[in-house]
Amino acid sequence: MSGPRRDFFGLLKPRWGVATGLVLVVALWEAGHAAYGPVVLPSPGETLLALWQMVRGGDALPAVLQTLRGALAGFLAAVVIGGALGLLAGLLEPLRAVLRPIATLMLGIPAVAWVVLALLWFGADLAVPFTVWVTCAPIVFAAAAEGARSLDPGLLRMATAFRVPRTVLLADLYLPHMLSHLFPALATALALALKVAVMTELFSGAGGIGDGLATARAQVDTARAMAWILLLVGLLLALEFLLLEPLRRHLEPWRGDKSPPRSGVSGS
Amino acid sequence: MTTTPPEADALHVENVTHAFGRESVLGGVSFALPAEQKVGCIVGQSGCGKSTLLAILGGLLRPDGGRVTHPFVRPAFVFQDPCLLPWRTARDNIAFGLKALSTTRPDRRNRAEELLGVVGLTAADGDKYPEALSGGMRQRVALARALAIRPDFLLLDEPFGSLDVGLRRAMQALVRRLIDDGGPATVLVTHDLAEAVKLADRIVVLTQKPARLAAIHDLDRPFAARDDGFVQAEVGRLLGRPEISGALAIEA
Repeated sequence: MSGPRRDFFGLLKPRWGVATGLVLVVALWEAGHAAYGPVVLPSPGETLLALWQMVRGGDALPAVLQTLRGALAGFLAAVVIGGALGLLAGLLEPLRAVLRPIATLMLGIPAVAWVVLALLWFGADLAVPFTVWVTCAPIVFAAAAEGARSLDPGLLRMATAFRVPRTVLLADLYLPHMLSHLFPALATALALALKVAVMTELFSGAGGIGDGLATARAQVDTARAMAWILLLVGLLLALEFLLLEPLRRHLEPWRGDKSPPRSGVSGS
Repeated sequence: MTTTPPEADALHVENVTHAFGRESVLGGVSFALPAEQKVGCIVGQSGCGKSTLLAILGGLLRPDGGRVTHPFVRPAFVFQDPCLLPWRTARDNIAFGLKALSTTRPDRRNRAEELLGVVGLTAADGDKYPEALSGGMRQRVALARALAIRPDFLLLDEPFGSLDVGLRRAMQALVRRLIDDGGPATVLVTHDLAEAVKLADRIVVLTQKPARLAAIHDLDRPFAARDDGFVQAEVGRLLGRPEISGALAIEA
């Protein structure tokens, strides 16, 4: 293929695609800023400056840590409890019949309704982990149940023929198979966890990125609000690529580079 | 099922019946495999119940009626689909069956390494995941996994069914060589009469469902002497017997 043609197709390669997309977003952002002014849409430069001031002023780090702590606590509880119940429900038909409608019910209740309930029941401290847990657990549960249920019957027959004990069945068949179902769901749930945590903080007003957003809103400081959002998106991307992706590579080397379809940061 | 079998038969099947729900699959099958005959082939049309019979022989399924007696204590299966764990390397797949026995981890690895060589795979193949192996290599891994537990009874359910002609021949030769080399007593299920003629010391032909015994035929020619000409002539001769061509629904 000749030079210019190849360059054009080079743009379609993932790395260049990401760069092109980012440039496009920044360009549109600038255009919006030029059209509507700094109060409605501060420029990317002003936003970065606000972010820098937040970091230097010591506002950003404690807020990020607090949001992260609440979101991860709820997320981990959702993974452990949702995953364990999902495994059991996948193995035991009657339990699945009981738990599935409950999970569907929990999924159907909007996150913001849980925020209100959590604040009434637990106060600001426990509201974040609880809300995150209650919104993420059904997602993890559904994926785990489907994973446990959809194990290839041929593999089960093979394992039975070799008379392997139940512990081996669990460790060598069910768990690895479930993991492949769980990873896309975990990416979705983790993104959701952060968003729900921020929303809960916005209402509870007890610190965290959400509280920062609420303050920025009260002060009509759009640049600062945008800076908090930037921070949140950065956090999501960092979790995805520094936590989930390495974990997946470590736990699923047999997949090679072929990653399963995933919703990632765009989830929820 | 491990009581002393009558006479000198290694495997004794007596009027075995089985049904799934109301559908009778085995309608009373009786045959024996003498100890000196190492390979028995059960031949029948697809869906005639031969896989069910094999599962009963290997103790995976209890027959509704009849009796199976044999002295074997450690059966091992190879299925038509290799049934490898996609998340384990070829080496770990070979070692999988050993997890049911009280084998230590280093022992399992050594045994897997040994079996890789036995079935003609390299150490580098052992590191690969099933996805990266060809169909023939996967079936070799499945065979190695069965042999790894040192079975005294090998049950093969259409193990070469999904392989193309060249690979199938290579696998047939490998299996027969391993069995002649002090390997376990073997029962192989196939719908292919030519494969049975190639491999078997005794061919057991089953009728269509519900399966009964249609014919028994013994072959004593050594494997090396069973060339294509012999196989073709023997298959032709067998199909000349109406009870066999009828059971396999082939026009004589």
